[in-house]
Amino acid sequence: MSVASETNYYDRRGILGTLGRDGLLQVILIANTVIMLAPIVIMVFSAFKTTPQIFQSPFSIPDFSQVANFAKIWTQTNFLRYLMNSFIVTGASMVLILTLGTMAAYAIGRYQFKGSTFILMFFLAGLTLPLKLAIIPLFMLMRDLSILNNQLSLIFVYTAMGLPTTVFIMTGFIRTLPNELEDAARMDGASEARIMWAIMLPLVRPAMVIAGIQNVVPIWNDFFFPLVFIQNDSLKTLPQGLTTFMGEYTTDWGVLFSGLTLSAAPIILIYIVLSKQFIAGMTSGAVK
Amino acid sequence: MPQLRMTGRGLWITALIVPPLAFVALFIVYPIISAFAYAFFDWQGLRRGDFVGLENFHTVLFVEPYRSWTLNAFKNNVIVFFALMVLQNGLGFILAYALWRELPGARFHRIAVFLPVVLSTIIVAYLFKLFYHPLFGVVNLSLKGLGLGWLAQPWLGQGHTALWSIIVAQAWHMVGFPTLVFLAGMQRIPGEILDAVRMETESEWVKITKIVWPLVAPSATIVFTLLFVGAFNWFELPYIMGGLDGSPFGSTDVLGLYFYRTAFGNVSAGQQDFGLGSALAVLIFIFIALIAGVITTRLRAREIQI
Repeated sequence: MSVASETNYYDRRGILGTLGRDGLLQVILIANTVIMLAPIVIMVFSAFKTTPQIFQSPFSIPDFSQVANFAKIWTQTNFLRYLMNSFIVTGASMVLILTLGTMAAYAIGRYQFKGSTFILMFFLAGLTLPLKLAIIPLFMLMRDLSILNNQLSLIFVYTAMGLPTTVFIMTGFIRTLPNELEDAARMDGASEARIMWAIMLPLVRPAMVIAGIQNVVPIWNDFFFPLVFIQNDSLKTLPQGLTTFMGEYTTDWGVLFSGLTLSAAPIILIYIVLSKQFIAGMTSGAVK
Repeated sequence: MPQLRMTGRGLWITALIVPPLAFVALFIVYPIISAFAYAFFDWQGLRRGDFVGLENFHTVLFVEPYRSWTLNAFKNNVIVFFALMVLQNGLGFILAYALWRELPGARFHRIAVFLPVVLSTIIVAYLFKLFYHPLFGVVNLSLKGLGLGWLAQPWLGQGHTALWSIIVAQAWHMVGFPTLVFLAGMQRIPGEILDAVRMETESEWVKITKIVWPLVAPSATIVFTLLFVGAFNWFELPYIMGGLDGSPFGSTDVLGLYFYRTAFGNVSAGQQDFGLGSALAVLIFIFIALIAGVITTRLRAREIQI
């Protein structure tokens, strides 16, 4: 719709002025995209080169069949272990966040009861607090619960951190759902639990996707909490394991770049497939 | 709606709400309240000692060498904030404006600008650390290749370039975020307003400053506030690229690193001190809350409801 009026506008301004302005903007965009992608392309290229090749010709296109660096990572490091750990911690946290977040949002959004506004405010307060600064009491709390050096400590903190945004997004969404279905089921004598599970939950899936993506990226990428809570090498998550790995292979740049490439690969591939959902999810807190 | 009784529906609601509330209470609210309490005690390792009142606060603010460390880290955070305001949010606004025109390839450019945002900060930090390597990093190799070899330098190894080099890596990492928040703001500007502007003026500059900028004020409020909180919580990038001590010579030290080092100890500072660490955490926390509150209310005031 706006395309038509824009064409109009171009005509009035004269083709030259438009080309000049849009040309400049196009140049800015292309330059920026090159800057955004170049580091990633160099990283992937370097992953297939030997260290001397990286030093001599850092920008050349490598022989992609040369996978010695990856083989080294596969066989000589704990990389797979770190990857598994990241999957376990992120997966468990996401299940807890979405389950608990939906429960709270459903109660707040679907029922009227005393204190519901206060409870929503309580969750929202968690949105703005930088939890990093409470790391000392958190460390003591994990020690008292005997889950220091245990992945439960990470799962619990991530769950608590993810709940405010999830409750916020899901409550807003659940409130917009129509009452008719629910009322009809209630007439038929369905229990509250059954109404929630069979009728309402299938409807909230879109909001779950948004809330899920908003939380999954920071959890998958987090480094700070493992740094404090996890010491045991076999329990480390990927970002934390990467620091161990980078320290061991400091001079073997081929292996370093392939380690970085392997770490980045899962999220880059998912992002390329689901870029629309990623962008919507990760900016959803900042875009009304 | 029926009255809440602890039967049937009341129980059901309680069962839904209590588990999530318990998580937030135990792992967010309780630790944050405790952080304030911790700061008023003397700590020996993990053991809480005597109540010492405001002594920990006094030490980190007024007693050397803590005083200089605090001031130096704070000064660096301020630099980081203002630099990223230009490099991340300023550039983000320009890129959003360019993307908003829906020129050919806009979809691809939008995906590309957000790609670094999804990467782990640790990956970004190591990648740029390798790029900044004085002998073999692509930054210096490119400069030499372009005949600008005299510009090549140990970017992370000298005091006057280290912090800026890390700031550039941060801007690369995160510029996509404000870009897409601003873009969403621009896309919400109603077509009628834009049409009316086209009748009035031909000047792109007037259009940007008088129409687009004021109308994306809500987006600006959010990205400014988030950048402020992020800049004063900055940790991962300087931790990997400059090290826990903020080397060289504290030039990349920021409050996040300094707080972590004080609380959990390191090779040079040795002893961990939960009392001083908590005092720093409380001061940073109050500072962030106050200024973020001021920023938000001041910026909200200039937002226009369409």
